[in-house]
Amino acid sequence: MRRPLSFAGLLLALLIALPLAAQQRSSFDYGLVAQEIAPGAYVIVGLREDFSFDNGGNIVNTGFIVGRSGVIVIDTGPSRRYGEQMLAAIRAVTPLPVVLTLNTHHHPDHFLGNQAFPQDTLAALPETIAGIRSEGEGFNDNMYRLNGDWMRDTEVVIPTRALSAGRQDIGGRDVEFLALGGHTAADLVVVDHDSGTVYAADLLFNGRAPTTPHADIPRWIAALEQLARLPARLWVPGHGDVSASLAPVHETRDYLEWLAGTMRDAAEAGMDMTEVFALDIPARFAQLALVDTEFRRSVVHLFPAAEQAALSGGRRD
Amino acid sequence: MIRHTLVLAGLLWAGTFALGLPYAVAAPAGEQTANDPLNSPRWGDMAKAFFDGQEVVFDPRISVSGPLVAEDSLNVPITVDASALPGVEEMIVFADFNPILKALRFEPGAAQARLGFRLKLQQSSPVRVAARTVDGVWRVGGAWVTATGGGCTLPSVGSGSPEWQERLNEVSGRLWARIDGGERLRMRVIHPMDTGLAAGIPAFHIEDIVISDENGRILSRIQPLEPVSENPSFTIDLAEAASGGRLHVSGRDNNGNRIDAWVTR
Repeated sequence: MRRPLSFAGLLLALLIALPLAAQQRSSFDYGLVAQEIAPGAYVIVGLREDFSFDNGGNIVNTGFIVGRSGVIVIDTGPSRRYGEQMLAAIRAVTPLPVVLTLNTHHHPDHFLGNQAFPQDTLAALPETIAGIRSEGEGFNDNMYRLNGDWMRDTEVVIPTRALSAGRQDIGGRDVEFLALGGHTAADLVVVDHDSGTVYAADLLFNGRAPTTPHADIPRWIAALEQLARLPARLWVPGHGDVSASLAPVHETRDYLEWLAGTMRDAAEAGMDMTEVFALDIPARFAQLALVDTEFRRSVVHLFPAAEQAALSGGRRD
Repeated sequence: MIRHTLVLAGLLWAGTFALGLPYAVAAPAGEQTANDPLNSPRWGDMAKAFFDGQEVVFDPRISVSGPLVAEDSLNVPITVDASALPGVEEMIVFADFNPILKALRFEPGAAQARLGFRLKLQQSSPVRVAARTVDGVWRVGGAWVTATGGGCTLPSVGSGSPEWQERLNEVSGRLWARIDGGERLRMRVIHPMDTGLAAGIPAFHIEDIVISDENGRILSRIQPLEPVSENPSFTIDLAEAASGGRLHVSGRDNNGNRIDAWVTR
């Protein structure tokens, strides 16, 4: 009988492999690379994965715009370390000061790097500030649980500057803010008119299943319709690759419409939530990363309202 | 999660044999339940708490379905199913690691031995269902559910809002004809289902729900406890179509407030 790898051999392999793995992990280097997608418009593309001890939360796209006199930062990532490494990536491109640091919405992968940036530059829509204030600590605790030691010393920093929609010159750049919503109560979209780049944050997903813990699907779809009318050349989603076409807008909308319709139909058919988990996902969504996981999460987020609508439809005495 | 645990256990077994080391499994003679398929250190306590002096066996025909990872610890959707067994007289659901172990008791009666509901989980735990058959034997199935926690010690949303007081015990429900000729009942009852574990909020929960036909014949009974989610929802499949196309839902909470509603298609 062929014997498997001997115990001593296995031990030796472990003795060599473990310190190497530990060394890679202990440097906590996200390996952030800033891509210049248009003159002065940069994106740092994250992995199409869920939070893990391996990726440290680097699953999100962040960006920055370099104007004549200053830098606009769009989201700060999932941790203090990410924020610091993002700032270093910005410094590798320009010595100009950061004049505005935006949190597009109140999800943790978009604001937990705030500690690394000048505190008086932190800005967000009012509902986002309120969301970070009420839910930020809970999110932060959960991110330590999901990402482990990558999170070390990460603390919640609440932006103090409340943004409103409008077009203005910031750092010598022609920039417009759109105050939309649907992915969360408030989703900020940044349009860089000088380059025709739309930083759509998590209203837009590309090749990755959308997440819905705070979603209002009809409002989200309305926001996507508004985005589709923008005179844009480049689309930066919150998760997934940058696109030069409207394809991710259509893809995100298609998925959300299917999701909402599926919840409604399942509730009307009298299905229980555990039966909805088991429904088939159409083949056209099979290429979306994490679609199985996100669908089941979305059932928990969205089915109760659909169910209540269906149950209230029955007569009650 | 379950699969990984089993695979790991399998490797350990294989390893024990391969290395030729002596091994011992703590299995008292005649004790059929020592090898908990879910490998929970709490199983011994569960057996003592719920089945002391009674016969109890693990039975793969009984299932607990739900998410492997709970997205919301306050609302973990669970379906317990013992319908593959004949003659189920009562079912109890419990979670080994919840501060209040027992979640509910169900007498299927004229319904299939299957119930859908939502559960609060304080932390990752086996969720189990035990079904007592006419022979008096308890048959147990279960599944591990991973949860971030806090499900039982957080105050209910309702306890902080004045709205539920006006709508307390309000039932919204509906019937669906089933292909097999039976009737599905889905319903939600407005109730905070407070566990008593959040500071300053006493236990306040529905304790009895009786489903009857239009002639007052009792068809099925659910007795929820604190770990059932706020505004509980239930899915029950009755073996026969409801006469007159309607069912009566009655019951009470532990403060004596009554539930009384008719549910139609």
